[in-house]
Amino acid sequence: MSNELTPTDNSTPPQHAPRATDVNPVSEKRAEQQIAILFALSGIGSLLLIYSYIYVADDVFIFIPIMGDQNAQQLGIGLGMAMSLFFIGIAAIHWAKTLMPDKEIVNHRHEFRSSDEDRAELVQTVKEGVAGVALGRRKLIKRSLGAALGLFALPPVLLLRDLGPLPGKQLEQTNWKTGTRLLTDPGNRPILASDLEVGAVVQVLPAVDHPEERPLSDIAKDPVLLIRLRPEDFQLTPEKFAMTHEGIIAFSKICSHMGCAVALYEQQTKHLLCPCHQSTFDVTRGAKVIFGPAARPLPQLDITVDSEGYLVARAPFNEAVGPSFWERNSQ
Amino acid sequence: MTSTEKRIGNAASFVDERLGAARWVKKSLNKVFPDHWSFMLGEVCMYSFIILLLSGTFLTFWFDPSQRDVIYEGVYEPLKGLKMSAAYASTLDISFEVRGGLLMRQIHHWAANIFMAAIVAHLLRVFFTGAFRKPREFNWILGILLLTLGLVEGLLGYSLPDDLLSGTGLRITSAIIQAIPVVGTYISFFLFGGAFPGVGFIPRIFTLHILIIPGIFLAVITIHVMLVWYQKHTQFPGVGRTENNVVGHPILPVYMAKAGGFFFVVFGIIAFISAVASINPIWLYGPYTPGQISAGSQPDWYMGWLDGLVRMAPPLETHAFGHTISWNILIPAVIVPGIIFTGMALYPFIESWITGDKREHHLLDRPRNVPNRTALGVMSITFVMISLINGGNDILATNFDLSINQIMWFSRIGIFILPPLSFIITKRLCLSLQRADRELLLHGAETGRLLRLPHGEFVEVHAPISPEKAYLLQSHEQLVALEIEDVDGRGVRRPGALKNKLQRRLSKAHAVSVPKVTEQELKEIENH
Ligand code: HEM
Ligand code: FES
Repeated sequence: MSNELTPTDNSTPPQHAPRATDVNPVSEKRAEQQIAILFALSGIGSLLLIYSYIYVADDVFIFIPIMGDQNAQQLGIGLGMAMSLFFIGIAAIHWAKTLMPDKEIVNHRHEFRSSDEDRAELVQTVKEGVAGVALGRRKLIKRSLGAALGLFALPPVLLLRDLGPLPGKQLEQTNWKTGTRLLTDPGNRPILASDLEVGAVVQVLPAVDHPEERPLSDIAKDPVLLIRLRPEDFQLTPEKFAMTHEGIIAFSKICSHMGCAVALYEQQTKHLLCPCHQSTFDVTRGAKVIFGPAARPLPQLDITVDSEGYLVARAPFNEAVGPSFWERNSQ
Repeated sequence: MTSTEKRIGNAASFVDERLGAARWVKKSLNKVFPDHWSFMLGEVCMYSFIILLLSGTFLTFWFDPSQRDVIYEGVYEPLKGLKMSAAYASTLDISFEVRGGLLMRQIHHWAANIFMAAIVAHLLRVFFTGAFRKPREFNWILGILLLTLGLVEGLLGYSLPDDLLSGTGLRITSAIIQAIPVVGTYISFFLFGGAFPGVGFIPRIFTLHILIIPGIFLAVITIHVMLVWYQKHTQFPGVGRTENNVVGHPILPVYMAKAGGFFFVVFGIIAFISAVASINPIWLYGPYTPGQISAGSQPDWYMGWLDGLVRMAPPLETHAFGHTISWNILIPAVIVPGIIFTGMALYPFIESWITGDKREHHLLDRPRNVPNRTALGVMSITFVMISLINGGNDILATNFDLSINQIMWFSRIGIFILPPLSFIITKRLCLSLQRADRELLLHGAETGRLLRLPHGEFVEVHAPISPEKAYLLQSHEQLVALEIEDVDGRGVRRPGALKNKLQRRLSKAHAVSVPKVTEQELKEIENH
């Protein structure tokens, strides 16, 4: 490409035209004053901060358009801080732009590659070093070193073992057993089937010994949603239909996708919606996934009533609730 | 000598006699930094990191990183008497009872968002101008590392207050970890100290958030900046700027004053935003409990695109031999981000393999002059934007009266169609910009004035362009495709023919460009 235009290397960059402050003493003086004013504004900001911190009560609110009610003390401290910082910065930049030297200068670059001699010397040094160690000849040391290093790596990993318990069957089990009563959440009251009207939705938890002190890890698995429809609304397999009670159907509230609480129920469509990624489950068809990334229906809990007429679980969940995991048997 | 000069001299010689630093410091102070607004993006990253250190340290003085149950007795009426974790209660106290505490929380959170935005903007600047090319590949990789660390650090940060929203984020995190085949369940149990939410995660992520990750950040940022210092900054092409020099202002005093001032400006702006704009009002969400959720759950924007990918994933799981593989989680949350981040980290090497260019580069590219790379960048941005839009599909649906289904299907289809489309459009656009440059160089700028020629024809008057502009327009290199033969001189197939073929194809695509103006063409025009 002999023909290609290559710009010639003009070695000096063009210098800027002199600024007003370079040639005119009046401009120079004015710039100086402007900078002083900017620093003064910063000072005022600091004073505003101090004033707000000490004298503004913390329960006063001011209305600001768009932003709504704002705590006056936090606002004063914040605006004061913003001013004190911002104007110091602006002053310094203004100073640099108007009064500090404007001359651009040139530095030269060098290639980063070391010289061939240096490289050769390095190779030589490393070679000599390696030769001094002579692992090739000292087979015994080499092997024992390898073994020692291998073993050495184990303790740090082992020492982390007590970070947590092994999973065991924890993810497969919930507190729902045969005969466990359904308690309202909140409230912890048992429920009669007649308490629920058609169209009602209630969140329930299993009856346990101390319902007030459930650990969060139980609340992450146990919540169940009870929904009452007319029995003829269902389009279920006979087995699934047998798990309902007088039109009351119970699903795990923990999303089969990533475990968020499936909290939204649409009366009209009878759909359950998970707010996290919008997986949508059709209640009439056994919480079948009709939209979104969830791959499995919400597990259904088999319910009935006990001798006193309270709703109870007829059996534990027959599959793990919540998000999938490697050990989960989803067949 | 004035007495001040003498004092400075004395102090300097005290240090120099012990460290011999004068030579190095003298050289450093003469170091030159080229000026361009886009070179300030990296500075914004560094400054917002410093602001995060300062505001975060303030928060640690009151924040109680514990999952211990407490009954809230503070001043915020709606939550009084409620059982919650000490972490959440102490965050409420910071917000309502520590003077300036809410401001500091907001500064910390706004700074985190601006930090991530600045990292992305800085990365795009480096990408589109080709600043990542040899010898700066290490710094590019460190930058990708910082971006990744930032995502993790931010996620851990907004999990700390232990409110309903942050707990939901952790729930999703634990589900992603659980989805990893074979080891996932174990890792999740070890990290959380048991079945989700476990007993240990707040104190653990606290240590990670305020000690380990900031420590790594500090080390990586230091190396990153030292490399910029050592390798010297790149510069845009222009008269007097070559591959062998750097033109700009010296460190002392101009650069120092501007950069120092700029730190205060950034801090001031963040303080202003935090004073007037609320962010993460955790008292409205309530304490975390896995049985509840607030509608419209949204992560910070830098995680939003991952959430959007998760939302658009197809409902796929494999069930076999008593095991479950959740493709609906693994693909959007592990595999795709894994490919994207690895690809980004390796890009400098991929490009130099395609172009066969192993030289050092210190002059930046104008994006139009490397159409392929620019198009790739725009394509990636399009990909992330569609994901991000889908991440806010519920918000968009309520605000714009759309249905979530529509947005979801738009994203599911768009994610495959729009990025390639934006690639093609951008490449075309770059080429027409190149053509315009060529016209400008050959015929000058259009003036809009018409001239009537003697024989009645109208022509537009073109004004000559300035020598500086002309210089800029011809300063780039013509891209050329590699010539690789599948067969050697004697007609024997070379090994790796397939690889050669791929390289040749890519190289050809990469080299598509408008021919540069030649010396001869210019002469012809002049004689015209
Ligand atoms: C460099 C990156 C960092 C990022 C991206 C980041 C991000 C965040 C975010 C988003 C939050 C939630 C804030 C809220 O709305 O309440 C947070 C909380 C917190 N961060 Fe950071 N942070 C960073 C560094 C640090 C450092 C260096 C420290 C301490 C030395 C720190 C200490 C804290 C503390 C104590 C909290 C919890 C207190 C609260 O939320 O009010 N952070 N962080
Ligand atoms: S967690 Fe319910 S849709 Fe993702």
